[in-house]
Amino acid sequence: MKFSDPITIALSKGRIFKQTLPLLNHAGIQPLDDPDKSRKLILQTNHSQVRLLIIRATDVPTYVQWGAADIGIAGKDVLLEHGGEGLYEPLDLRIAACQLMVAGAEGASLTGNRLRIATKYVDAARRHFAAKGQQVEIIKLYGSMELAPLVGLSDLIVDLVESGNTLKANGLVPLEFITDISSRLVVNKAAWKMKHATVTGLLETLREAVSLPE
Amino acid sequence: MSDEHWLLPEGIDEVLPPQALALEGLRRSLLDLYDTWGYELVIPPFIEYLESLLTGTGGDLNLQTFKLTDQITGRTLGIRADITPQAARIDAHQLRRDYPTRLCYLGSTLNSRLEGLAGSRSPLQTGAELYGHAGVEADLEIIDLMLASLQKVGVRGVHLDLGHVGIFRALARQAGLNQRQELALFDALQRKAIPELEALVDSYGLEEIPGLMLISLADLSGVDALVRAETSLAPAGEEVRDALAELSRVSNQFKQSHPDTPVHFDLAELRGYHYHTGLVFAAFVPQLGQEVARGGRYDDIGKLFGRARPACGFSADLKVLFRLGTSGEDPRESAVFSPWVDDPRLEQRISELRAAGRRVIRGLPGQKGDAREMGCGEVLTLRDDTWIVISVS
Repeated sequence: MKFSDPITIALSKGRIFKQTLPLLNHAGIQPLDDPDKSRKLILQTNHSQVRLLIIRATDVPTYVQWGAADIGIAGKDVLLEHGGEGLYEPLDLRIAACQLMVAGAEGASLTGNRLRIATKYVDAARRHFAAKGQQVEIIKLYGSMELAPLVGLSDLIVDLVESGNTLKANGLVPLEFITDISSRLVVNKAAWKMKHATVTGLLETLREAVSLPE
Repeated sequence: MSDEHWLLPEGIDEVLPPQALALEGLRRSLLDLYDTWGYELVIPPFIEYLESLLTGTGGDLNLQTFKLTDQITGRTLGIRADITPQAARIDAHQLRRDYPTRLCYLGSTLNSRLEGLAGSRSPLQTGAELYGHAGVEADLEIIDLMLASLQKVGVRGVHLDLGHVGIFRALARQAGLNQRQELALFDALQRKAIPELEALVDSYGLEEIPGLMLISLADLSGVDALVRAETSLAPAGEEVRDALAELSRVSNQFKQSHPDTPVHFDLAELRGYHYHTGLVFAAFVPQLGQEVARGGRYDDIGKLFGRARPACGFSADLKVLFRLGTSGEDPRESAVFSPWVDDPRLEQRISELRAAGRRVIRGLPGQKGDAREMGCGEVLTLRDDTWIVISVS
C-alpha cells in the first residue's frame, strides 16, 4: 500500500515481532534490519515513510498514547494493566495468543480468607477477584511467578498460560480462566484523526491479513 | 542539600522568567480577544463546596478533585479541577439572565492525578461558555472562538474533530441497554476496541439491528463518516437523524469560514459523555498526540443548579498552548541599566523613561554584575550635565 503520511510503528522484539512480520509483509512493509542482529532501536523499512521502534512490550502503550509512535502492537495483557486510556485498539491481530489464568498447586483452594496472589498483572488480578466478590492480597512480582507458591510467598498466582509447561515443570496447574489474551493493534488518538486515511488504510490491510487462512 | 526544602510535588510546576512574562502576555491577549467577542470575564473561587464543583459532571471529575474538610462547617471542600461547572453555576444561579450569556475565564486548576504527557497537575485553564441558546449557531461561535484562541497564541496546523454524544445515547436507549451495559459499551467504544464491542453486544443478546448499529459506531470516523452513517445508521430513530443533521450543518458552515482547517468526524468520540449532551469537538495539532483544546454542549448542568439553560463551551490548558505556540516571545525592548548615583537629575530621567514604558533597572551600591550581566542592552550615562541612554558597548 501507499503511505501518504509518515507512520511510526512501535513493537517489541521476540515473539510479537516474528509473528507481526508476515502481517506487515502483507501491507508491503519489510524492515531493513533484523532486531535480533542489530542493536538499532529505530528500524527503517523499505518504505521511507514507515519506521519501526523496537521497545519493551510494556512500554508500547506509553509510546503510542503520547504520540511518540502512531501505531503499536501490544498484548492485551499489557493493555489491561495500562488501562488503555487515550488509545484506540481496533484490531485483534490474533498473534501471541495465550490465556490469563489463576494457577496454583494441584487441588489448591480458590476460596479462603484473603488469599495472597502473586502476579505481574496487578490490576487484572484485582479486578478478577473483586468481580467474584473476593478480597485478596496482591503481591506484585516482575517475573517467575511460579516460584511464589512453592516457597510460601503466595497461595496462588495469576499469570499468562500458553502451553502450561512452565506451570507443570514447577508442579502447578491452571485453576481458573480469567481472559483470552492476544496482541492488539493500538493507535494514537491524534494520529487516527490527523493521518486518518493512512492509518485506516493500514488497519484494513492488516485486518485482511489477519483473516487470511493460515 | 536536602531536597525536601526545594522539590515541588509531582506534576506541580512554576513558570520562571522570561517565560512567565511571555505567558502573562498570552493571558492578556486571550482575555482581550474574548472581550472583543463579548465574553464577560468571571473569576470564580479556587475552592468551593464539593457538591457545587461536581454537580452534573459524573465520576471523572470527582477522582480529579483534591478534597479537604472545612473546619467551619464540617463540609467537604474541593479545589477546582475544572472551571466549567463554576461558570455554569454562575450563569444559572448568580446572573439568572433571560438572554444569552457569554462568559470567559482564565485561572489555575489543580488535578489530583497526573494528566497529559509528563503529567501536569496544575493546568492554567482558559475557556469560554455560551449559555441560553440551543442551536448550532452557538456551537459554531464557540468552535470559531476556540480556533481564534489557538491562532492568537500561535498554535498552527489545527485539525478539528467533531462528534455527537447524542448518537450513542439514542442507540443505547433504542437497544434497551441497562446502565451497566451502556457503561461497558461506552468504555469499549472510547477505545474503538471492536473485538470487545462485538463480544459485549453478542453477550447482551440484543436485537440484530440495534446491536449492529452500536458496533458500526466504532467504524464511523473520518472525513466521510457522515455519508457512511446515512447507510449504517439508517434504521435509527429521529434523535440520531437530528444529530447527524446537526453535525453536517456545523461542518458545512465551519468549512465555509475555515476552508483551510481539516475536519474529521468521529461518531464514537464520547469525551465527557457523562455531562455532554450534544455536539462535542476537539482541536488536534501534529506536534501533540492528544487534543490541545476541547469542548461541546452540556445542556443539563444548569438544571441541577436550579435553572435549565442550554450551554456550550470550550477549554484548554494555557500552559500547553504556550509550549506549542509561537507567539510567546518576549516582544519588549531591552532594559536600561542605571548606575547608582545620588543625583536628582538621574531620578528625574529614570521616572521619565519609566513613564514612557521603558524598563529601567537600578544598580545598587557595591553590587556584583554589570549592565550586560543584568540583561540590559543600554545604560544611562552622564554627558554634558545630562543623563542620556547609550547602548552597552
